[in-house]
Amino acid sequence: MNSDITSLASLAPAYPEIFLVLAALALLVAGVVLNKERSVVVTVGAIAALVVAGLLVIFQSPDGVLFNGVFISDSFSRYMKALIVGGSAFALVLSYSNATENGVHKFEYAVLVLTATLGMMTMVSANDLMSVYVGLELQSLSLYVVAAIKRDSVKATEAGLKYFVLGALSSGMLLYGASLVYGFTGHTNLQEIVLAIATEGRSIGLIFGIVFLLAGLAFKISAVPFHMWTPDVYEGAPTPVTAFFATAPKVAAMALLVRIVMDTFEPITRDWQQIIIFLSIASMVLAAFAAIGQRSIKRLIAYSSIGHVGFALVGLSSGTQVGVEGVAIYMAIYITMTVGLFACVLSVRTADGYVENIDEMAGLSRERPFVAAVMAILMFSLIGLPPLAGFFAKWHVFLAAIEAQLFVLAVIGVLASAVSAFYYLRVVKVMYFDEPVARFEAVPRELNVIMAITGFLMIAYYFTVGSPLASLAHTAAGSLL
Amino acid sequence: MGLGIGLGHYLSVAAILFTLGVFGIFLNRKNVIIILMSVELILLSVNLNFVAFSAELGDLQGQVFALMILTVAAAEAAIGLAILVIFYRNRGSIAVDDINMMKG
Repeated sequence: MNSDITSLASLAPAYPEIFLVLAALALLVAGVVLNKERSVVVTVGAIAALVVAGLLVIFQSPDGVLFNGVFISDSFSRYMKALIVGGSAFALVLSYSNATENGVHKFEYAVLVLTATLGMMTMVSANDLMSVYVGLELQSLSLYVVAAIKRDSVKATEAGLKYFVLGALSSGMLLYGASLVYGFTGHTNLQEIVLAIATEGRSIGLIFGIVFLLAGLAFKISAVPFHMWTPDVYEGAPTPVTAFFATAPKVAAMALLVRIVMDTFEPITRDWQQIIIFLSIASMVLAAFAAIGQRSIKRLIAYSSIGHVGFALVGLSSGTQVGVEGVAIYMAIYITMTVGLFACVLSVRTADGYVENIDEMAGLSRERPFVAAVMAILMFSLIGLPPLAGFFAKWHVFLAAIEAQLFVLAVIGVLASAVSAFYYLRVVKVMYFDEPVARFEAVPRELNVIMAITGFLMIAYYFTVGSPLASLAHTAAGSLL
Repeated sequence: MGLGIGLGHYLSVAAILFTLGVFGIFLNRKNVIIILMSVELILLSVNLNFVAFSAELGDLQGQVFALMILTVAAAEAAIGLAILVIFYRNRGSIAVDDINMMKG
């Protein structure tokens, strides 16, 4: 596991992370030194840095294990990193025109998004329990601050406090699990843990460790029963921040979960499979019913994201390569839908400010037909209606579940999907068939562009990005197994 | 091990501390500072686990991990207290029952 880090070229697998560290530090200095327009300069710089990091991930990041085996770069990590970097960049673009109004016009916001992204990339590339923890904490600590960045708002600070307390608890559970896994296998390196489990078999202490480890990760992906923080944090945090929370961190935590269960605990698939199946069913069913009563669009999106995590876990439950492929495709489509959805939500505003109550979106289709149309397309895609992208996301994960003989799980998933159609369709009904109550303001240009792109991708998924995405996901899943 | 204190004892103490920390977060209805203390308790119980396992296995990695946890815990406490200060500025209270602007 010793690796050569004597030359710059030997660090190539970690180039994207190294670049992002330097960029975040440089932007922090720039933000302090500049006098005027600093938040705009730093935000644009951060978006540019994320784009460069994304290009480095795609073109300049060979396979390899670095730093005494704590860091790994493979197809799976590159695929997930590309999604994460894309999600973070779009979250910054979403905040660009409305930063002042949402209280995220401080240059620290963009820098914190960069450090959080760096933490997520470390999580995805983690090959040792230590780098799992350090990456996870770099991400979490940045996100705690970001949640409370609108510091004169009671709701935002309360969201930050709740997120901090529950996030710290989940890190503690994850660590307790990690300590038991270390104690009962004798290793912290994920590859060495696999070997230890394969040769020595499972012990009761190891199973306890896995349970705690999975509970900690379930908090981070907000799977039921560890989801209670999600609706409150999503509602309390400023909307652009919520958009960030709902995209990149979810992908990172899901990627980490997939790597840990599929790679490290592969010899004891039967044991973790039951836990993942339970999390999956609980998330799908609870989210479908709890979202029905929601009046706030942000709480609705929170429950919707809990449900989607449940659907993605259906793929993981199978414990097969097809399942991991399904999860990878699901996360790509989920992140696209969520970015589009938040672009729509940020476009719906009246003279009084942003509309957060679903009922106030009444009559949107008459004044802002484009926003309403994209939102409706996204809602249909979130339900999973063919031929929209959301259908193919669910198709892949359910296919994996059926191939693994998990028929009950697949049937429950389809039923939960049908129930969830109710609350998604209610939004469409309010937008198209209710009488307007207020006048809506004009939409900033970049939000229109994002809505156009995501709307197009939802409709044309099968004919455009569908098969390239599937082959990328196939390679990514192949590198794990 | 002459005194008869073995791995099991250390693990038991750590497990008790961990449980106390978790209960401290959920049962306490008074003060958010107590929650921060509970979080520290959880992290320190994990450290105890790591160091005990490390000594038992004769392997240094557990102690390195414990040092990392100590460092991150310090950063975590700093951020938690900072968030608590701005919350107090807005709400005028740090009682757990007053963290109730949003249902849930």
